[in-house]
Amino acid sequence: MNDAVTIDRAAAAAAAAKPIAILPLTLTINGEARELKVEPWTTLLDLLRDKLDLTGTKKGCDHGQCGACTVLIDGRRINSCLKLAVTLDGVEITTIEGMGQPGELHPLQTAFIEHDAFQCGYCTPGQICSAQGLINEGHAKNRQDVREQMSGNLCRCGAYTNIADAVLNVMEKQA
Amino acid sequence: MIRFDYARPGDVAEAVCDGAGDHVAYLAGGTNLIDLMKENVARPLEVVDINRLPLAQITDRDDGGLRLGALTTNADTAYDERVQARYPLLASAILAGASPQLRNAATNGGNLNQRTRCYYFYDVDTPCNKRVPGQGCGAIGGVNRIHAILGASDQCIATHPSDMCVALAALDAQVHVTGPEGDRTIAFADYHRLPGDEPWRDNTLKRGELVTAIDLPAEEFSTHYTYLKLRDRLSYAFALVSVAVAMRLEGDRIADVRIALGGVAHKPWRRTEAEEAIKNERPSDTAFDTAARALLAGAVGQGDNSFKIGLAHKAIVRALNQAAAGTPQSQTDKRIR
Repeated sequence: MNDAVTIDRAAAAAAAAKPIAILPLTLTINGEARELKVEPWTTLLDLLRDKLDLTGTKKGCDHGQCGACTVLIDGRRINSCLKLAVTLDGVEITTIEGMGQPGELHPLQTAFIEHDAFQCGYCTPGQICSAQGLINEGHAKNRQDVREQMSGNLCRCGAYTNIADAVLNVMEKQA
Repeated sequence: MIRFDYARPGDVAEAVCDGAGDHVAYLAGGTNLIDLMKENVARPLEVVDINRLPLAQITDRDDGGLRLGALTTNADTAYDERVQARYPLLASAILAGASPQLRNAATNGGNLNQRTRCYYFYDVDTPCNKRVPGQGCGAIGGVNRIHAILGASDQCIATHPSDMCVALAALDAQVHVTGPEGDRTIAFADYHRLPGDEPWRDNTLKRGELVTAIDLPAEEFSTHYTYLKLRDRLSYAFALVSVAVAMRLEGDRIADVRIALGGVAHKPWRRTEAEEAIKNERPSDTAFDTAARALLAGAVGQGDNSFKIGLAHKAIVRALNQAAAGTPQSQTDKRIR
């Protein structure tokens, strides 16, 4: 990779002229097994939103800086914008659509409403998936830990203190 | 992102075979490479997905050290009980970096091989000698608040962005690699390089080589250590200056000490003469000032980043005091004591 800083035009043209490879992929998404076909450059985020109509997962920066695209892979939170879908063959993915349903909200969804933990709501699906990941990890013991361990999710409305309250509330109930 | 071929080797030998050739990139956690591909900074024609290789274990070594798999995630490394007990400096440095989501995806090998976050390197509409040899450097004479004060060249003033690597430098880690010409081991100090007149080379890996593991020697640095990271916001930001200190006291004297700096150079910055200067001394601001001077001798500001020289000096003294007192910097409570 180190020396591959340049690419000659002929090689680039050859790349563009290549037939598009479509690769098979098996994922379990929100409990449902899916047999899919993807181009190798499709990110998990784009697969979810554009191909599977799971638009609860949001595209904020698309560069791993904002956390809006956070989903759970085998229970661990990651930025779905920085994962090529094809690399995830066989894993289990949970998105906000798999967390709760209208009328049957996930405890974190209820807590976010109760604590007024959002304004515009765009970052909220990522915040909630991240909070579930934080709880699964089990490293947060207090409010300061929650603030630090939720730092990968930006909220431009600035609802941080209420988000911390909501996450702490669910964490304490589950403890 | 340009189109590329995708390979998913099942073992290391197959991966090295796939990795030979031009314009090939090994893909692990992807947290840096995918981003660089989106920005058209990295344009591999073949991506070799190494995530299925059996390199994700942390194992005890016979000599009392620890072997970190190249594909162990940064999170699994930082929270490993053996790492926390025996190498808390490394755990602390990892947890000072990135976000939980990124640490869950990013791997140890990938952390070593991540590229600079220089704005000009990332922006393909500006000149950058690291991205395109001979194109010029936008940062020299440009906006350079985050850039190097030590070891830079007239072609490149980029810094290495890792926190983890600063701790690995202080711990004298060894990097195991394999490639078309076989296996070899690289001392951590020799792994990354200064830009010189080949700024496109971040490290001393040869073409097609793959990191397989990182060894930590058995050492007694689990009491007197610190990772002090200074940045523009308290979480989820790259270091302006960071200091890793590993120290061993005998009585009231410094028996051994390692000091490595992050955010100031093209590689983690160590100078053994700074360490030798305070061995057998009693911890004191005077001694630590001597070490700071030795570490920063010859530092040059570029304008926007000139503040880093004074900041680094104070950070080194503070970090040495934290280590000597056995009160390492908390990565949760960011107040600096």
